Amino acid sequence: MTDQDILDAAQRVRDDGASARRRGRDPINQPMVNNWVEAIGDRNPVYVDAAAARAAGHDGIVAPPAMAQVWTMRGLGAVREADDPLGRMTDILNDAGFTSVVATNCNQVYHRYLQPGDEVTIESVLEDVVGPKKTGLGEGWFFTTRNFWRDAAGDVVAEMEFRILKFRPPSSTGGASAGPAEARSASGDPVDDLDGTKMMRPQASRDTEFFWDGVAAHELRIQKLEDGTLQHPPLPALWKPKGETTDYVVASGRGTVYSYVVHHAPKVPGRQLPFVIALVELEEGVRMLGELRGVDPGAVAIGQPVEVDFLDFPEDPDASGREAWTLYAWRPVDEAAKEMR
Amino acid sequence: MSPSTPGAPVAAPPAGPPAVAAGDALPELKIEGTPTFIVASALATRDFEDVHHDRDRAQTRGSKDMFVNILTDTGLVQRYVTDWAGQKAVIRSISLRLGVPWYAYDTLTLTGSVESVDDDGLVTLAVTGADSLGKHITSTVTLVMDGTGQKGAGA
Repeated sequence: MTDQDILDAAQRVRDDGASARRRGRDPINQPMVNNWVEAIGDRNPVYVDAAAARAAGHDGIVAPPAMAQVWTMRGLGAVREADDPLGRMTDILNDAGFTSVVATNCNQVYHRYLQPGDEVTIESVLEDVVGPKKTGLGEGWFFTTRNFWRDAAGDVVAEMEFRILKFRPPSSTGGASAGPAEARSASGDPVDDLDGTKMMRPQASRDTEFFWDGVAAHELRIQKLEDGTLQHPPLPALWKPKGETTDYVVASGRGTVYSYVVHHAPKVPGRQLPFVIALVELEEGVRMLGELRGVDPGAVAIGQPVEVDFLDFPEDPDASGREAWTLYAWRPVDEAAKEMR
Repeated sequence: MSPSTPGAPVAAPPAGPPAVAAGDALPELKIEGTPTFIVASALATRDFEDVHHDRDRAQTRGSKDMFVNILTDTGLVQRYVTDWAGQKAVIRSISLRLGVPWYAYDTLTLTGSVESVDDDGLVTLAVTGADSLGKHITSTVTLVMDGTGQKGAGA
């Protein structure tokens, strides 16, 4: 299954729109609220005491707003409906080898507090699908579903945006192409000339963290200054409050060789000699240094079109704390073979 | 503040809201991730995924231990906020970003601060829940401190 197959399948799920409204198992009820407030340790009396709830401005006892999702949880041993977008998207990614799952975001909005006796339904839609992305857990896809809870009158009482990462664990055999932990390039070009356990790794500072986070996500990010101009290498973002990250745009990844050197000596840990370091002028106008791979060092030419590649190195099991990491490099634009993505 | 255990007596939130201004800090709250807490909260949220109640299964799936579910995280953030904001508080939204897992036997420390107070009384809080592995919850909560007269959330 190619990336495009996944995107096409996701589009079909999106095109089908919202799932049918499904009723919660029970009306909003006090026993479930009681269990919940005991487990969570919430002693707010508005959930259990009518007088306290009225004193707080409610008509009577209200259910904790964070229980919105609880009312429509399917229960033990239950099966998802065939039209459920989360289930459908999960199946698509399982089939493509992205078998593991972790939730990353859960954003709930409460339009009104529910009260005992209220009955709710839920419907779900698939929103964005983004991938493949290199993450700390492995390569994977992020997708977002939005859920709407409605009361008996059909009014939306709560909604939730739920984002999931479906990933292929680097060391598992879950995916067809998941073998032993080897370096891989996003383009499929060989990486066997590099030893990621010996190479110098990027050192991110507060000013360059966005850039290296981008590389890890297979994005080439260019800093955007206060006046909107683009800048590389990144400057300290002194116009921003401390702790806020700098603005950036994601480069197309295409450019031309502006200048280059062929490095013959001295030896560089983890690399084979000679190799080419090119200063590439990106389409966006900034220039960026990086290794130019997949070329004969004697045949590199100023003005040669190149594009970015990303090299993913696995964690180093022999060194504790040596996590998987990613580097970018340039490769000649292959006119014959169109980009896979 | 000592760690909170399921079933242990804890104080009810104050009846009325405190004065609130941007920059105010909420008192810290520690929650012990005992197996009882993890299982009780998973079942009270009707989440029967085995990784939230079965350590063997959780480990088979590559986790260190069973871990707390998301519906519980949302519930704890809600509790943490109203423990401070009081019984009249009406929560409008809870946005969670999830980080490292919260495994059994680890303690979550919730901290929070007031980010902003709008002219129309909407308060925005930043809430963080950290355990021994790092940040488990990064959350933004919006609420009105006194919902009296608004009828429910009054949205």
